[in-house]
Amino acid sequence: MTARYCYLLKSSWLRLLELAYWPTMQMLVWGFLYTFLYASDSNLLNTAGLLLGAVLLWDVLFRGQLGFTFTFLEEVWSRNLPNLMMSPLKPTELAASLMLMSLVRLLIGTIPVTFLTLLLFAFNIYALGLPLIALFINLVLTGWAVGLVISGLVMRHGLGAESLAYSVMILLLPLCCVYYPIWVLPAWLQPVAWSLAPTYVFEGMRAVLLDGVFRADLMLECFALNIAYLAVGFATFLYLLRSARHNGTLLTMGE
Amino acid sequence: MNLIEKFHPDENRPLGTADMPRYSPPVSVNAEIASAITVEYLCKKYGAHWAVDDVSFVVPKGRTIGLLGGNGAGKTTTIAMIMGLVVPTAGRAVVLGHDMARERHKVLGRMNFESPYVALPSRLTVRENLTVFGRLYGVPNVKERIDALAQDFDLVPILDRATGKLSAGQKTRVSVAKALINQPEILLLDEPTASLDPDRAEWVRSCLEIYQKQRGATILLSSHNMMEVERLCNFVIIMSFGRIIEMGTTKELIERYERENLHEVFLYLARSDH
Repeated sequence: MTARYCYLLKSSWLRLLELAYWPTMQMLVWGFLYTFLYASDSNLLNTAGLLLGAVLLWDVLFRGQLGFTFTFLEEVWSRNLPNLMMSPLKPTELAASLMLMSLVRLLIGTIPVTFLTLLLFAFNIYALGLPLIALFINLVLTGWAVGLVISGLVMRHGLGAESLAYSVMILLLPLCCVYYPIWVLPAWLQPVAWSLAPTYVFEGMRAVLLDGVFRADLMLECFALNIAYLAVGFATFLYLLRSARHNGTLLTMGE
Repeated sequence: MNLIEKFHPDENRPLGTADMPRYSPPVSVNAEIASAITVEYLCKKYGAHWAVDDVSFVVPKGRTIGLLGGNGAGKTTTIAMIMGLVVPTAGRAVVLGHDMARERHKVLGRMNFESPYVALPSRLTVRENLTVFGRLYGVPNVKERIDALAQDFDLVPILDRATGKLSAGQKTRVSVAKALINQPEILLLDEPTASLDPDRAEWVRSCLEIYQKQRGATILLSSHNMMEVERLCNFVIIMSFGRIIEMGTTKELIERYERENLHEVFLYLARSDH
């Protein structure tokens, strides 16, 4: 399956370009804001750095999920899903190949942008050091869990559920405290935010950038949440696949 | 004696659902001949509509069975349930001894299918598509298998072209080649020559005939082309509105309805009130 997706990627340079296009555009907007804030008051350097770090990590989360879901949607758009579902391919193998391709697409899309940020705005995300790996892994895991649920919904409800690929993550944006610390939220909303794995990542990022402290406790809690998310995501994917087989929606996929 | 025989509906058989219709013409197989596909009281209901309505038949190993019927007769849904892509509302489809609703992964590697309702990824070349499916089916020596299929189906000149840029006929040949990539024991074909010109269609039929004889494969063929069915199939099942309305060898059906050929039998049945 991974070979199939690699064939697809190499078949079009436009697809490759698109992977980096949106992250680059977003980075340019926020990068100029960073430059403006820094030029206005050098005391705002940390704040501006937080913004850029948050933008980059948010993109990891968003693109990780999009990479997973879009790779799945390619099968629906090309009316190839029934071919796969009637082959010996197991759901676990399909999910594993989607995860791998999500990672490939993510790296193609974000690595050039991080270097561009360094070049244009002198902001080095790699200065986060080893903690960056923990932040990255946790965000990718969340993206996969959400991708599994959305792919399942597309299988069950057809292309009517396609827009979820773009919209679900936007729902998380205000809740998982990407650009501001969690104490900004009303007290009643904070438990909701702490139930979301990305909140731990962005809190962890702020701890590294502002205080120079790596909060391993946050990363471990986040990892535990992500394992639970993945288990729920995969169970939901299997349930929706079973439901799609009962409702016959796999037969009409792509129509 | 026919390989497949009719028997009278058992009015006392247990029903899968309370409102399931009672009449159907189930069939049994000669016990001496092993079955490749067994369909028992198969039903599929979408909302209030019975897409497949109490269908039973047995396909013995090594035979080619034609599944005929107009649009909406339930052929594609029946094939999808045999492949395990759709779960029956009631009844079951058993392939090589495995219930497809529950154990499909045990047998999917020994089957394959072709359908005009399904496409291969258009941006991948023919070779890439066949390679992907060869690997998915665990075909040893995929490259050699692709070369052999390319020779059989005249795909050599188009092996490195994007599948989406092929003509409808070329795409159909690629799909049939994909269906044979794993040399399946069970082959389900949904209108395999629908978009082919008469010459290419004849070629594909010959390839299928040779494959069936060499491999001893079992083929369930859905088609609107009566000449094709007469030529390839040992036995014919005719469906209408989700039910089996007639079955038999071509000769039997022609004699039973006192018609000239299967085409006329089909037209007669299609225009009758069932």
